[in-house]
Amino acid sequence: MAFKKPSVLPGFNLSLGYTIFYLGLIVLVPLSALIFKTAGLSWADFWQTVSNPRVVASYRLTFGASLIAAGINMLFGLLVAWVLVRYSFPGKRLIDAMVDLPFALPTAVAGIALATLYAPNGWIGQWLEPLGLKVAFTPLGVVLALTFISLPFVVRTVQPVLEDMEIELEEAASSLGATRWQIFAKVIFPTVWPALLTGFTLAFARAIGEFGSVVFIAGNMPMVSEITPLLIIAKLEQFDYLGATAIALVMLVASFVLLLVINLLQWWTAKRLGRR
Amino acid sequence: MANNKIRRPGITDEAPWVKWLLTGIALVFIGLFLLIPLVSVFFEALRKGWELYLAALVEPDALSAVKLTLVTALIAVPLNLTFGVAAAWAIAKFEFKGKSVLITLIDLPFSVSPVVAGLIYVLLFGAHGWFGEWLGAHDIKIIFAVPGIVLATIFVTFPFVARELIPLMEAQGSDEEQAALVLGASGLQTFWRVTLPNIKWGLLYGVILANARAMGEFGAVSVVSGHIRGMTNTIPLHVEILYNEYNFVGAFACASILALLALVTLALKSWVEWKAERDDEAARIAANAE
Repeated sequence: MAFKKPSVLPGFNLSLGYTIFYLGLIVLVPLSALIFKTAGLSWADFWQTVSNPRVVASYRLTFGASLIAAGINMLFGLLVAWVLVRYSFPGKRLIDAMVDLPFALPTAVAGIALATLYAPNGWIGQWLEPLGLKVAFTPLGVVLALTFISLPFVVRTVQPVLEDMEIELEEAASSLGATRWQIFAKVIFPTVWPALLTGFTLAFARAIGEFGSVVFIAGNMPMVSEITPLLIIAKLEQFDYLGATAIALVMLVASFVLLLVINLLQWWTAKRLGRR
Repeated sequence: MANNKIRRPGITDEAPWVKWLLTGIALVFIGLFLLIPLVSVFFEALRKGWELYLAALVEPDALSAVKLTLVTALIAVPLNLTFGVAAAWAIAKFEFKGKSVLITLIDLPFSVSPVVAGLIYVLLFGAHGWFGEWLGAHDIKIIFAVPGIVLATIFVTFPFVARELIPLMEAQGSDEEQAALVLGASGLQTFWRVTLPNIKWGLLYGVILANARAMGEFGAVSVVSGHIRGMTNTIPLHVEILYNEYNFVGAFACASILALLALVTLALKSWVEWKAERDDEAARIAANAE
């Protein structure tokens, strides 16, 4: 097969050429700088940097908190998507539009708002304080901020699947004697499951790289509430470029793996739904 | 989206109390996680009254932050718009090898942490970077200066327009363009008169989202900016500085501009979705009438 199928439309060389040039200039060359820079480190140095206890503690927090946040959003995202698709109530359109707020609201704004709300004297923090629940400046605050910024992903991946679902399937199940719960567990859930998992992974991928919303509420104590992206910045501020680069490479590899998983999941979702 | 399927109540419906319970939980979740933080930004900004609020906004450092944010978005968004249209044209209108790899690469900036995005430009253009010495010798500043901020912003908003347009143009196919060309239109005429009207809502949607991200980006910009007051501070960075100085009214006043921007973004987004849906509906009715 030739590189390209013949077409009567003009502009292929120009548009593809420009696409590749711009992609290379903005994304590929700068990213390869990261890989070349790490190549300047010996394997032992690299390993020592990325397996330092303080760094490992930051991975544990970043990945652990992201996992919990994505899990919370998987549960509540499915619920919100369900309510938005199936039920009608006043203000539904407004709530639907609100779901995208974390995409539109700058992360620094979310960060200072959450830090102020959950501080011991804040609107919400003052009610949690007597219960012995500290949110601001603890790992719990990290989970909270990550839940906020990854909230839309599950809703927005599950919602279209629920909308496209054929009501006849549920009617058939019902006429065959299934209870409402059985229909949910055996008909609805298997249909939305691939989308739910895709949304979970997208939320997780977004959460591990997040910086702006977390730094304000986390308190950033080494070994306790310091996330990995912050550690990269800390190394940069000490002019430890190699250290920052080594940790950044670990993050980059994690993003690549997640990107691969997301692509596989989307392919699987499309196959399950019988789309092209 | 309108749900116009006919449903027989009772068979595929939950009991009323289940409905109320689920709706209630969903609303409490949205209220607690989205509504209260949003409201609190405006409340904190106005806590000490309008006078202090307005004073915080017209202070010179705040104004220069607003200016830099606008300049950055004005450069980054049109560049990524041009790229998005070119990429979508190549990918959606032609069949060639390696297409799916190209799509994955275009999506790449979304999965890279903003901090890493900032770092890669420091490695290239920083004082100890690949081009650092050459830039230093020629007295060109990129890192800790405006060009670095613009570059980092371009990176984080890179895929927005392209990823809206690619699926849209793929779904539309190229029959209409082929017809226009057969009837004697030039390539550019075909693009302006046939393709562009078909993709205008998707284009606008991508631009709105890219703009919101460009104006609000924090992590990537924070790495390359150097935080020089009145010089290399965007609004989000200015918010951080004020907050860390315990100037909460000032921080939330500047944050409230960004929160307003977010609300405008959401409103515009809903409006575009509504317009696009209406156009689709009209096209479907026209197709059925034929």
